[in-house]
Amino acid sequence: MRYSALQVLWQGLTGNRGWKPVWRQPDPKPAYDIVIIGGGGHGLATAHYLARNHGLTNVAVLERGWLGSGNIGRNTTIVRADYSLPGNSEFYSHSLRLWEGLSRELNLNVMHSRRGTWRLFHSDGQRDEFARRGNAMLARGDDARLLGRAALRRHLPYLDFDNARFPIHGALWHPRGGTARHDAVAWGYARSADSRGVDLIQNCEVTGFDIRRGRVHGVRTTHGPIRAGKVGIAVAGHSSRVAALAGLRLPIESHVLQAFVTEGLKPVIDTVISFGMGHFYISQSDRGGLVFGGDLDFYPSYARRGSLPRQEQVMEAAMTLMPMIGKARVLRSWGGIMDMTPDGSPIIDATPVEGLYLSAGWCYGGFKAVPAGGEAFAHLLATGRPHPVAGRFRLDRFRFGRLIDEEGTGSQHNLH
Amino acid sequence: MRITCPFCGERDLREFTCRGAAVERPAPGAGEAAWDAYLHLRDNPAGPSREYWQHTGGCRAWLVVSRDTLSHAVAGCRPASGHRRGGRP
Amino acid sequence: MSACFRAPAGGAPVRVAGKGLVERSRPLRFRFDGRWLSGFAGDTAASALLANGIRLVGRSFKYHRPRGLFAAGPEEPNALLTVGRGGAQTPNVRATVQEIYEGLDLRSQNRWPSLKHDLLAFNDLLAPFLAAGFYYKTFMWPRGFWERLYEPLIRRAAGLGRLSGAPAEGVYDTAWAHCDLLVIGAGAAGLAAALTAARAGADVILADENPRLGGRLLDEEEEIGGAPALEWVRAVEAELSALANVRILRRTTVTGAFDQGVFAALERSGLHLAEPGGVPLECFWRIVARGAVLCAGALERSVAFAGNDRPGVMLAGAVRAYLHRYGVAAGRRVAIFANSDDGWRTARDLQAAGIEVAALIDSRADSADRHRAGGDFPVFAGAVVCETRGRHALRRIRLRGPGLDRWLEADTLAVSGGWNPALDLSCHAGAHPLWNERIAAFVPCPGALEGMEVAGAAAGIFSTRGALKSGAYRAKLALERLGMKAPSFRLPDADDTRPSVVPLWHVPGPGRAWLDLQNDVTVKDLGLAAREGYGAVEHMKRYTTQGMAPDQGKSSNVTAIAVLARVSGRGIAETGTTTFRPPCSPVSIAAMGAHGRGRGFAPERFSPAHGAAQERGAPMAEAGLWFRPLYFPRPGETAWRQSCDREVTMVRTRVGICDLSPLGKIEVFGRDAARFLDFVHANRMSGLKVGRLRYGLMLREDGFVLDDGICARLGRDRFLLTTTTAGAEQVLAHLEFAAQVLCPEQDLRILPVTEQWAQLAIAGPHALAVVNSLLDRRIEPAEIPFMTWRRVALGGVPTRLFRVSFSGEFGFELAVPARYGDSLFRLALAQAETLGGGAFGMEALNVMRIEKGFPAHAEINGRTTADDLGLGHMLAADKEFIGRRMACREGLSESGRAQLVGLRPVGAVRTLSAGAGLFADGDAPRHEALQGHVTSAAYSPTLGHVIGLALLRNGRARHGETVRALDRLRGIDARCEVVAPVFFDPAGRRMRG
Repeated sequence: MRYSALQVLWQGLTGNRGWKPVWRQPDPKPAYDIVIIGGGGHGLATAHYLARNHGLTNVAVLERGWLGSGNIGRNTTIVRADYSLPGNSEFYSHSLRLWEGLSRELNLNVMHSRRGTWRLFHSDGQRDEFARRGNAMLARGDDARLLGRAALRRHLPYLDFDNARFPIHGALWHPRGGTARHDAVAWGYARSADSRGVDLIQNCEVTGFDIRRGRVHGVRTTHGPIRAGKVGIAVAGHSSRVAALAGLRLPIESHVLQAFVTEGLKPVIDTVISFGMGHFYISQSDRGGLVFGGDLDFYPSYARRGSLPRQEQVMEAAMTLMPMIGKARVLRSWGGIMDMTPDGSPIIDATPVEGLYLSAGWCYGGFKAVPAGGEAFAHLLATGRPHPVAGRFRLDRFRFGRLIDEEGTGSQHNLH
Repeated sequence: MRITCPFCGERDLREFTCRGAAVERPAPGAGEAAWDAYLHLRDNPAGPSREYWQHTGGCRAWLVVSRDTLSHAVAGCRPASGHRRGGRP
Repeated sequence: MSACFRAPAGGAPVRVAGKGLVERSRPLRFRFDGRWLSGFAGDTAASALLANGIRLVGRSFKYHRPRGLFAAGPEEPNALLTVGRGGAQTPNVRATVQEIYEGLDLRSQNRWPSLKHDLLAFNDLLAPFLAAGFYYKTFMWPRGFWERLYEPLIRRAAGLGRLSGAPAEGVYDTAWAHCDLLVIGAGAAGLAAALTAARAGADVILADENPRLGGRLLDEEEEIGGAPALEWVRAVEAELSALANVRILRRTTVTGAFDQGVFAALERSGLHLAEPGGVPLECFWRIVARGAVLCAGALERSVAFAGNDRPGVMLAGAVRAYLHRYGVAAGRRVAIFANSDDGWRTARDLQAAGIEVAALIDSRADSADRHRAGGDFPVFAGAVVCETRGRHALRRIRLRGPGLDRWLEADTLAVSGGWNPALDLSCHAGAHPLWNERIAAFVPCPGALEGMEVAGAAAGIFSTRGALKSGAYRAKLALERLGMKAPSFRLPDADDTRPSVVPLWHVPGPGRAWLDLQNDVTVKDLGLAAREGYGAVEHMKRYTTQGMAPDQGKSSNVTAIAVLARVSGRGIAETGTTTFRPPCSPVSIAAMGAHGRGRGFAPERFSPAHGAAQERGAPMAEAGLWFRPLYFPRPGETAWRQSCDREVTMVRTRVGICDLSPLGKIEVFGRDAARFLDFVHANRMSGLKVGRLRYGLMLREDGFVLDDGICARLGRDRFLLTTTTAGAEQVLAHLEFAAQVLCPEQDLRILPVTEQWAQLAIAGPHALAVVNSLLDRRIEPAEIPFMTWRRVALGGVPTRLFRVSFSGEFGFELAVPARYGDSLFRLALAQAETLGGGAFGMEALNVMRIEKGFPAHAEINGRTTADDLGLGHMLAADKEFIGRRMACREGLSESGRAQLVGLRPVGAVRTLSAGAGLFADGDAPRHEALQGHVTSAAYSPTLGHVIGLALLRNGRARHGETVRALDRLRGIDARCEVVAPVFFDPAGRRMRG
């Protein structure tokens, strides 16, 4: 069923009784060409691109819970392409271009909104670091501008320019950065993949792999065994657990990242602001809630809940940056489990088990990466070769020291 | 979270800094795989885990904390140096 | 205008004589939408508005439907108001929580131009086209219109209250508390629990969201021990207040449960005061409790039927609360619709207060049998309300039952669909509640939160006697776990009837039946969600927005789950709940982040010479939380470059003084100190002689450079390391880890001494003259060769004199105990000034280190190896050290890495900027062609042109090549020659003297 304004009108006139299910509820078949473990943003996007770009539709996505129950439904919805290092730079740039056509491609409004992102700087050193980043963005054809304090003040008058602990010197502005409606992205990819014939199987947990002589032949699940020519793992924070079922140990540590939303408010922040000194970033949803997040809780965790000290630190950052926010009330907090790598950049690669592939290590950049991540993983699964924009996301790059360390914090997982 | 530092007693989470899994440094001559494992690869268990923490806001002792990554229950905490309470950290 | 606020029958519903706990001797005036009204001390805004006959209090989120008061507690979905103006303006305040004070200024929100005439009420006419999730299906055409037209329109329409945009006014605070037992809620169960624990001698905190203790007892007419329940409450309160081991936190909502007994709570300490003075408006508490008893009570739920959202349709429990607690009749002619005995209770209470009961509609067919005694009001058993009428206030309801279908006049409909235990806190560790068929409600899962017991209505025990018993019992269990024995005492008698409830979720009928009043979610929306495949409870929530409004669906979620279960053909237990997450009641950011405001966000570290630098007008920059002077402007200098150039020339030709106190300083001592330093440095330190200094390089274990600094051997077993200012904390933790974890057998002490020593650099041709003018005994250059140090005295103060230079100039560093730092700086400066010198700051220091090619933070950026920086020769081949193994990885040693080079402009280049990208001359400046970037750049007054340092691919092999440094952000395009990264005095003759 095609979505359009006319369809909404017609259905409205006929009591909204004609809307069709967005996806089927199939039982798994005994065998597929490709099985994707994980029905989150990356898994669903991979299924969509396998079908659309490679014509592969004998594909199943296995999801332990409900579709989109992972980090795709638990993030701060920010979409940007402001990376500076080769590897990340071309990948996120490509992803942003995919975002820009996504609603039409999926025929579902994912509310991608290029409202701009601002990275504040507070010293000359940070300014130069951001200049490097901005110049790298311009070099690959994206947009970036460096604004001084006076110009920034005209754009974001409610920041505390005078008394904040870290006085604001200016910002790197990325006008094409913005936000999208996170759940809709999962639903859009799911609906598209389903309509092209992919089986989306919910409440189906993978309990093991069928690996013989170094090659994967299928998976064992709570719905019984499923044979597969190739298997792709896209389970974010649970990557280590699933990989362990195949006897693999990954360069990943799972950590909780928290985010918050306030009660609904009339528009007050019309852009995305990132305050690096406070590890704080904020935007306002179309519904009016201020959506913001902070740094990791720093200790390994699989519990989807955050610590109180981090919550307080985030609120303190909000207060020093924009004291006008004080009378807003936090309505809800949530925690996602982040698959942190030793350099803060992702992995899209084959594993030592033949036929078993991995898309993981999204740290806390996974949401904006969904389109390109899905496309690149689909390309790898379909062709066995890395996608041109994801060629550096190798699993063995740590061993060989070919790192993509944007933060420059080294091999400690939780410092990225 | 509350952690009982063997030197300072029970303190709030905010006094501590976690480094990650408590893994043993390989011998200098150990092979590439051992060093790769030390720096990068992790069991990353969902359940009982051993981690290095430092009491940064207190006695600055490095600690080995036995903790459950699912429930956040802390089962034990000892000085990473192996010294006992009252000894030198 | 005013008519719209009136009850339809004209004449406001009034206070009921002899009822309520408000102080009728203390009238207070407040404003609502500009109109002055009066109430009494003890009123909430809600009770006072109701007492003034105001039925219409808000507009819904999506359809802008007129809405009235629905509840009497914080779960209120409709009466969200804005309090105050300017910096005091607070949106989304629950009228049911805000106590009135003299002059309180309330405004309705989400309406334009007025509450009664709201233009966006037009949305309601479009409702068929605005069903759940409609926005995902449209607004995609034409391209670009989403961002330019649709989204801005949606955003403008969305949202409830408004932030003023001005900094939040008022005092906020945070606090800590520790206790044996935290009792959450001070109703019957909570008071019994607190009393039990208090008598056991436990350290008790009793927290309740209300200004008074009593909980639901305040809202009902109950007896305890044969007397009015509130007498018992007062007696318990008196006993608890007299005990030193009990703290009572009133107006305090426990909002979150965290690991190991840490709770978050918000005290509305000053929000009820006309003039709070120094009292914080709100205080955010962290309560560390060894045990807890959750006695948070229960929240009533409604029934979904057509038109159940009109102003005048209220929860029955709220109608009783307004009557008993505030002495306000919710209406003049009240109908009651219930599926439990609460309907009877409501009818009897109203009638006893002299309020007309239009009818009791009890969905249970056997209702009348259960209550033969009955009351003097019409009872419709086995009947339901299926429709309502009334534009801005309820006028009529439609009853339907066996052989019954009629309209009935009523200005108020009290609805009770049963009660849901307030169990949120028990689920904050991730547990999901269990469905209990008998009471038709979710109850906490046993052991859901370690250390927490649940008692009373929160546990699904709804009778007063049951609440008392379970409160005492659960407290006893909690105390036993703490090794404390609870005394046994007799609990007073109270009503012990268990309510009988026959589940009734939805009455089918024409028109929309509302679930989430705040977000305008209807039963139809849920049906649509289920039909479209969004039938999982989380999908339903996210697709329809059920439960995502400020009330988090407190009074509607369970009903929605039941409706979803029915439309998707499942049981309620199987459908399950969404996830409960903190805070269970919204917390203002100003309270939780109270101490981040302004400069409170992070510590500020000041050098002992900070004041002296400020007196000279030096602007400051920050590094590692320290404030460091950038330059010292002199009269007539208007741009920083003028001061900076002068200071560089001054140091190079005369003498300059620079405060280096913030440099990290770490002492390492013990028998194994030398061995340890060999381990943590890439180069060898053990060979260093006492009295000598050596440049040291530390790697991270992954082989990249961590930090650099000077190591001084103070004695055989004692060393002093300096680190960069910003890297000091990281290096300290790194050394402590190495010492305690990697070298536990070594005899070592590691002591940060940054704050114990003030340190000055004295640099320039006249440096020795300044030093000698300060020392008690003159020193000859031969006595202190380059890279050595001596103990000297300065006015009798033991001082360390280092012969070292970061500027590449002949110079010294003097270190004195921090308390002498200020006077040393002033003395040295005075001496320097007599020689034509003066103070210099970070800018000049930065220029001079670039002239010398010394790497700093921009080059040691966490991604560079020693070899990248041209320091590869420092890696000792004959010893083990941290980072050695991983520095050998292919990726760290292969060709093609960016290496440190100098950049010298070619032709008429006026400026060069750090952050510029490097391209081979002639290459198109595209991403694929990027060769590196400029890390540091400065104008060198010494050389008379700009210079730069850069990381350039294979840079060391490219000296002499011309590259293009392109900074498109700042419009700088400079052709440069690649040169060695030392521009000035490459042989180091000056610093060696």
